[in-house]
Amino acid sequence: MTAAEAPAGRQLVYTLAITEGVRQALQEEPLAFMAGEDVAGAGSVFGIYRGLLDEFGPDRVIDTPISESGIIGLAVGAGATGLKPIVDIMFMDFIGECMDEIVNQLAKMRYMFGGKATLPVTVLTMSGAGMNLAAQHSQSLEAWLCHTPGLKVVMPATAYDVKGAIITAAREPNPVFVVMCKGLMALPGEVPEEPYTLPIGKAVVRREGDSLTIVAHGRMIHEATKAADILEGEGVSAEVIDPLWLQPLDTETIINSVSKTHNALVVHEAVRFGGVGAEIAAQIAELAFDYLDAPVGRVAAPFSPVPFSPVLEQTYVPNAERIAAEARQILGTG
Amino acid sequence: MANSSQAMEPSEEVLKDLHFRMVRIRHFEEEAGKLMEQGKSPGALHLYIGEEAVASGVMVHLSDQDQITSTHRGHGHLVAKGGEFKKMYAELYGRETGYNKGRGGSMHISNVDAGMLGANGIVAAGPPIAVGAAFSNKYLARIEGRDSMNVAVPFFGDGATNEGAFHEAANMAAIWKLPVVFICENNGFGEFTRQEDHQAISDIADRAAGYGMPGVICDGMDAVAVWEAAGEAIERARSGGGPTLVECKTYRYVDHVGLRGIGLNYRTDEELEEWKKRDPIEQHEKRLVEMGVMTEDEIQAVHDAVMADITESIEFAENSPLPDPADLLNDVYTPTAAS
Ligand SMILES: Cc1ncc(C[n+]2csc(CCOP(=O)(O)OP(=O)(O)O)c2C)c(N)n1
Ligand SMILES: [Mg+2]
Repeated sequence: MTAAEAPAGRQLVYTLAITEGVRQALQEEPLAFMAGEDVAGAGSVFGIYRGLLDEFGPDRVIDTPISESGIIGLAVGAGATGLKPIVDIMFMDFIGECMDEIVNQLAKMRYMFGGKATLPVTVLTMSGAGMNLAAQHSQSLEAWLCHTPGLKVVMPATAYDVKGAIITAAREPNPVFVVMCKGLMALPGEVPEEPYTLPIGKAVVRREGDSLTIVAHGRMIHEATKAADILEGEGVSAEVIDPLWLQPLDTETIINSVSKTHNALVVHEAVRFGGVGAEIAAQIAELAFDYLDAPVGRVAAPFSPVPFSPVLEQTYVPNAERIAAEARQILGTG
Repeated sequence: MANSSQAMEPSEEVLKDLHFRMVRIRHFEEEAGKLMEQGKSPGALHLYIGEEAVASGVMVHLSDQDQITSTHRGHGHLVAKGGEFKKMYAELYGRETGYNKGRGGSMHISNVDAGMLGANGIVAAGPPIAVGAAFSNKYLARIEGRDSMNVAVPFFGDGATNEGAFHEAANMAAIWKLPVVFICENNGFGEFTRQEDHQAISDIADRAAGYGMPGVICDGMDAVAVWEAAGEAIERARSGGGPTLVECKTYRYVDHVGLRGIGLNYRTDEELEEWKKRDPIEQHEKRLVEMGVMTEDEIQAVHDAVMADITESIEFAENSPLPDPADLLNDVYTPTAAS
């Protein structure tokens, strides 16, 4: 599909919005290049970079060996010396291979060097369960990244946001992880043709409501919205907030909402213990304690690896029903 | 094990054994691929079709006390190490009766009791784990006063040799003279990237020199060639001579994932047909008949028996119970012994 053919309010699926974001980031910045495993010739195993090699050539769209630590190291070194690397780590689970480069190099170099280095690095990676890919291809590890000073983390859950997040990250002079959701690849949404950015650290209110605030990120935004529909049928008006940026986190929007609704429920697909939701719940408890009518609730994955068997995986991954059930608990209507 | 791997020529028994293992892998994989494409086997399967000679040629030398580590393309390794079809298909189906009780699926299929330390979703995760197993083998042989050690064999692809983990493992095995035999399945591709585009050498065996261990190349389409090369290396490792890197040149007939894959144009039909001319099973069957080891009818009977086992095993898998969601948190930890 070419952008010119699309009508106003043109729709793109999530995967094509990714492609367009990277394409425009490469178009507008000659110092930007993209590198990763099978990103060039194959256009990624997810098909998200198809056509980029043809358009930008092998000097700018580069297949790397299977060397994740090398890929992030490449971005650190090239970024610190004037280029604008956009690198891909195919499955988020593989960041285990390159955590030193991420945590001890990419995130800290500027600080350790007294502000004398700049790391304009974008890392794109695919997270999430639901496709029966088992324990090493299904994880949501965003909390690992958010715990690391020096990194910014965005988790776009719509076609609009994923394109905007990529362009924002590519223009940003700091390392940004764009954590994409493989469960949303076929999701269509309105995507303007021209390049645009997202305000860094700004949450999106996906739905307004006045009796409960649901804060959800990534794919769980869609489950939270479905839960809000269910609750609406029961006479409960839930506000749904997508922080979008997990680092920096838009505390203000969340607190303002909770001050209005007096109830809060935090949802994510990652493991509950030590997840980003724990930080959000703690901030609500610290800053909106006097407004709360009930303890902050949480819905997230249980404390186990992601199981393979579909029947177990379905139990493992949170869904609208479980979110609605937890909401009823909080509101005392369940 | 029936054979002596010191023999220069494989016995008739070994030749038949190699054949049996290869035929089991081929049919298992073809049926598994169909099940995936019919949507019956969930998730992603990386099939071993075309590479059967490698797993079979190595595994004939190993007992259940010897360990292997495998890859994302792991079914062939488990079949060759004596994997039972019922438990394998049940695992692919995510059933409680599977090898991993449905928790792992294709990419983590394992049989620890027989020394199969798992397929692996992480490229190059196997070699360091095999080094640990070999360390254990050497340690236990010492405290038990045995001269002969159990051997650990990591299987890994050409692409995997670009991960740091492979290099760290090779170095550690070499400095400590551990009983490890590194088996590289060089099928010419890491996913959709040709070997010449992901590394600047064409013989991965060359990498052995950098760690001070022997590097050997063999024809990975010929089960006897693999059997010979692996046998020598495994004997050396067993008797304290340290690790070897054995590179097996092979080819995968099907796509990176599944039978038909995602339809990318990254290799030619001609190339595939060239490799198929040296099909490991056809070549070996020709040899068996020419040498008078088996008749055509006997060979056919092996195929038939394997297919019958498969049909029964798939039925078993389909009728097996699903895991109980109430058990989701079981096996995250080993229970701590009461003090
Ligand atoms: C650490 C890691 N990086 C990337 C991948 C994705 N991946 C799965 S298989 C594969 C190719 C492996 O190539 P090779 O080692 O040659 O094995 P082959 O598939 O050819 O058997 C890749 C890149 C992965 N599973 N793990
Ligand atoms: Mg390969």
